Amino acid sequence: MLLALDTATPLVSVALHDGERVVVEHSSEQPMKHGEHLAPLIARAMEDAGIVRQDLTSIAVGVGPGPFTGLRVGIVTARTLGFVLEIPVYGVCSLDAVALEVVGTSTTPGSFLVATDARRKEVYLASYDADGRRLEGPVVTRPAEVATDAPVAGAGPVLYPEHFPHPIAPVRPSAGWLASGVIGELVELVDPEPLYLRRPDAVAGAPRKPVS
Amino acid sequence: MTDGPLVLGIETSCDETGVGIVRGHTLLADTVASSVEEHARFGGVVPEVASRAHLEAMVPTIERAVETAGISLHDIDAVAVTSGPGLAGALLVGVASAKALALGLGKPIYGVNHLAAHVAVDQLEHGPLPEPCLAMLVSGGHSSLLEVHDVTVGVEPMGATIDDAAGEAFDKVARLLGLPFPGGPHIDRVARSGNSVAIDFPRGLSNRRDLERHRFDFSFSGLKTAVARWVEAQQRAGITIDVADVAASFQESVCDVLTRKAVDAASSRGIEDILIGGGVAANSRLRAMAEERASAAGIRVRVPRPGLCTDNGAMVAALGAELVARGRTPSLLDLPADSSQPITTVVA
Repeated sequence: MLLALDTATPLVSVALHDGERVVVEHSSEQPMKHGEHLAPLIARAMEDAGIVRQDLTSIAVGVGPGPFTGLRVGIVTARTLGFVLEIPVYGVCSLDAVALEVVGTSTTPGSFLVATDARRKEVYLASYDADGRRLEGPVVTRPAEVATDAPVAGAGPVLYPEHFPHPIAPVRPSAGWLASGVIGELVELVDPEPLYLRRPDAVAGAPRKPVS
Repeated sequence: MTDGPLVLGIETSCDETGVGIVRGHTLLADTVASSVEEHARFGGVVPEVASRAHLEAMVPTIERAVETAGISLHDIDAVAVTSGPGLAGALLVGVASAKALALGLGKPIYGVNHLAAHVAVDQLEHGPLPEPCLAMLVSGGHSSLLEVHDVTVGVEPMGATIDDAAGEAFDKVARLLGLPFPGGPHIDRVARSGNSVAIDFPRGLSNRRDLERHRFDFSFSGLKTAVARWVEAQQRAGITIDVADVAASFQESVCDVLTRKAVDAASSRGIEDILIGGGVAANSRLRAMAEERASAAGIRVRVPRPGLCTDNGAMVAALGAELVARGRTPSLLDLPADSSQPITTVVA
């Protein structure tokens, strides 16, 4: 039983996949509440699937890119659970999970992009071919610099319709699609390391100002 | 001693990733990974740098603690974690990891108050806490006087700093004197060869009028500015500064106010035991002066060894073990990290 989770956007998404199909998927969308919602969602998913923690055989976690604080909640949860249960933990680019759903649910022909909210008037962006294979990215950039008429999934077109006038579903990454991508070997597996794409905001201390 | 609850504690409220394991009052492991060196060039803790370091250090630190304790993780009775106060993003890494541990082990979780943990840690060194006791917590983020009857139920704040924390003043004065971050240990070391009465720096909130309103409160911002003014005046006059004298005189002012108010607070409530915790409790002058003044007032002083005074996981585990032993209700799995968790909330 694979446990999949993603916390790279305001959506906290959790799913269980038994190797054949997604048996349960739960999510909650409340900004800044990842730390509160993730563990109860995992507990509820296991309960609803009628399994115990010892039934888990692997974990897949969205590694972003996404706002750092929420992202870390998902990754540290996956890593710690993997350590306790002695099962492997795989990382998946969260934008790839969005791309999988695009390919799996829409009839959009040709290539497309995924753009999610990077805050500070920027987006996280990656481009995909018609089969959902990532061509370029992920990068963090200003929407105006990558404005396009091509179909764009993710929250990018919701936030910046002037730059991404052709929105396609979905808006958020789903742990169910992430799980299916891992089981179906449709996504690249990486270490469960966060894709920050930005350095911490910190500047070396300025010289002290005299007080007198 | 082999009885008492077996508890793993996680602490990530600032720049130390701490994991401790205790059984009752017995310390089995205290593992700390610090990101302090990454912050040194910024002259203070950078929250995002700390949070990133916590994520990387979290699981390896748990692993090392379990190895050191020589236990099986599955034998623990509960997981305890600092849920606040502290840096929000940093706290969240520890809280999320603790929840995953609790979930993966099927054990209860206690989200505990960082300051109460600083009090409880002394049980690992000196046995059960005297009840009541007066706790003075002094660190880079806190300077508080607390009346403690039962550390698992709540503590009553008597006073606190109204501006800078004591440890913050040490950091700022160290920087002014060209000493490295964090300033506390360096000032302590340099001050040993200095004259503590060379310069008469002010004692914050100690005159009669201030004492009426702020009898048990502290202020270190004015002291820091006074040191800066003094140093600048010497420099302008072309006089070479005796760093040891400045450090010793500054340290004397801080310790004078802290110990005087702690003894006054204990005496005012008829409390016979003072407990000192937090990073500044590692200061040698503070320990000596507290001992001297308290014993003159017929009060006993307990200070854990320096390694247990700074932030660590053992203190969280110690409080967790006491909570389990006293049958306190655990937290829920939706436990939030609360950067401003009040001292009156021991378990979130």
